[in-house]
Amino acid sequence: MTKEMNLEERFQQYVDAENKVEPKDWMPEKYRKTLIRQISQHAHSEVVGMLPEANWITRAPSLRRKVALLAKVQDEAGHGLYLYSAAETLAADRMDMVEDLLSGKAKYSSIFNYPTPTWADIGAIGWLVDGAAIANQVMLCRTSYGPYARAMVKICKEESFHQRQGYEITMTLAQGSPVQKQMAQDALNRWWWPSLMMFGPTDDASPNSAQSMKWKIKRKSNDELRQEFIDKTVPQAEFLGLTIPDKDLKWNEETGHYEHGEIDWEEFYNVIKGNGKCNKQRLAARNKAHDEGAWVREAANAYAEKEAERRKKKSSAA
Amino acid sequence: MQNELLQYTLRLGDNALILGQRLAEWCGHGPILEQDIALSNIALDQLGQARMLMQYAAELKGGESTEDKMAFFRDVTEYNNLLLLELENGDWGKTIARQFLFDTYNYFLYTELLNSKDDQIRAVAQKAIKEITYHAQWSAEWVIRLGDGTEESHERIQNAINDLWEWTGEMFAMDAIDEAMLEAGIGADLNKIKADWHEKASMILDMATLEKPEADWFQSGGKQGEHTEYLGFLLAEMQHLPRMYPEASW
Repeated sequence: MTKEMNLEERFQQYVDAENKVEPKDWMPEKYRKTLIRQISQHAHSEVVGMLPEANWITRAPSLRRKVALLAKVQDEAGHGLYLYSAAETLAADRMDMVEDLLSGKAKYSSIFNYPTPTWADIGAIGWLVDGAAIANQVMLCRTSYGPYARAMVKICKEESFHQRQGYEITMTLAQGSPVQKQMAQDALNRWWWPSLMMFGPTDDASPNSAQSMKWKIKRKSNDELRQEFIDKTVPQAEFLGLTIPDKDLKWNEETGHYEHGEIDWEEFYNVIKGNGKCNKQRLAARNKAHDEGAWVREAANAYAEKEAERRKKKSSAA
Repeated sequence: MQNELLQYTLRLGDNALILGQRLAEWCGHGPILEQDIALSNIALDQLGQARMLMQYAAELKGGESTEDKMAFFRDVTEYNNLLLLELENGDWGKTIARQFLFDTYNYFLYTELLNSKDDQIRAVAQKAIKEITYHAQWSAEWVIRLGDGTEESHERIQNAINDLWEWTGEMFAMDAIDEAMLEAGIGADLNKIKADWHEKASMILDMATLEKPEADWFQSGGKQGEHTEYLGFLLAEMQHLPRMYPEASW
């Protein structure tokens, strides 16, 4: 017990001194479990997050937009892969993680349970959802677990590109015809509040945050990150001539921050519980792809085994 | 001559666009993430080639034409892609079979186009051949993997090859436009490609432990704008937004 205590204390000192924890280092079991949960949820979010945007690839209104959107959604798949790999360095198994997603046991970011009914939603997702994700991910580039931090550096570069792309789609609409401008405003109305919810519950309602901050997995609180996002995004909306759908939003000269209205946490918990417009479709789409792909994965494995067998025979004959 | 070149360019461009559009439907729904990414890569290459060719077609057409006018404001009968490419994706086996049959053809076609006397076509071919070489290798590997994988995968890929075979004849059917382009040193000799294609297809199917189908009838018409029922739905989905707001920029 004393030895365990010592290890934990030493671990804390190690982290406090801004050292990165690597896969083979000793770490508290709870640190490992917290990271597996967080990284796998993050990976699932990338993969499920492909669906609302993939919804528009075949309908993108120009060839340039089609190519950019397909490339973007493909990037998300790549992010999913990096993150599953990062979780595997903590001895988690990718297929187990995927099973947990498919059975509904594991969570993914609730934002992807909202629908994308118009093209403007593709702009709004890039601008707001990726914008909110970046605020969180920039912080995670300095997270204490080495493989996670390094995956984040790579991901952040691509995400900022996606965000600019989304903002540019929204700008084109905002500067377009009255119908297009309305489309952009409607999308902002739909995505603003869910984007603020992406940062999670308020600090006083977020019980796990303190330990994550202590271990330097997280470095900023939910409310701090949310505030950063709002401060950055409100002027961007103003520049576009769009209105943030919050009548209580106002600039506070003293604090140098925007104050925002009450977030509807009931909606947040409802969507987490499975009551969003798309919870069922998203999970059904993932399950369908997985089930219909089963014979393909089996065939690839069977072929790889046969090939290995053939190589073995060949080398023993030689 | 200008008109034949435009039609020839559109045939190449439409093949790339329609296949790219079909493959893009897989994005987010592949059998495993790695292959979802691989198929999206091929879709991106096809769409990239489509853009270059549509831009050239727009230039040849002149006036107010743009790549997007070419893609979004032509109807079914004005599209000149091979019928094979507009067919629905089906399962992974059918998508792979279609990809293999077309990639192999496209590889030999673009190899010929590297010597095209038309600067633009030659430039597109120079860029595209690297991509297409990879596609042909990827889809051939998958045919082998599925053919020589499990009993189920063997049956699925064999059925897919059998079902798609009747759509392959069109690839090699020379019409007046093909003849004119060949004579001008711009287009490829499809008879030459046919022999190469059969040789390669036989070799890969053999490695995959699959039977090469025999056919006494082939479908045709895509290159001349006579399409299946599938293309209308594909275009309706692809074109609806720009057509709904024809004056808008996106």
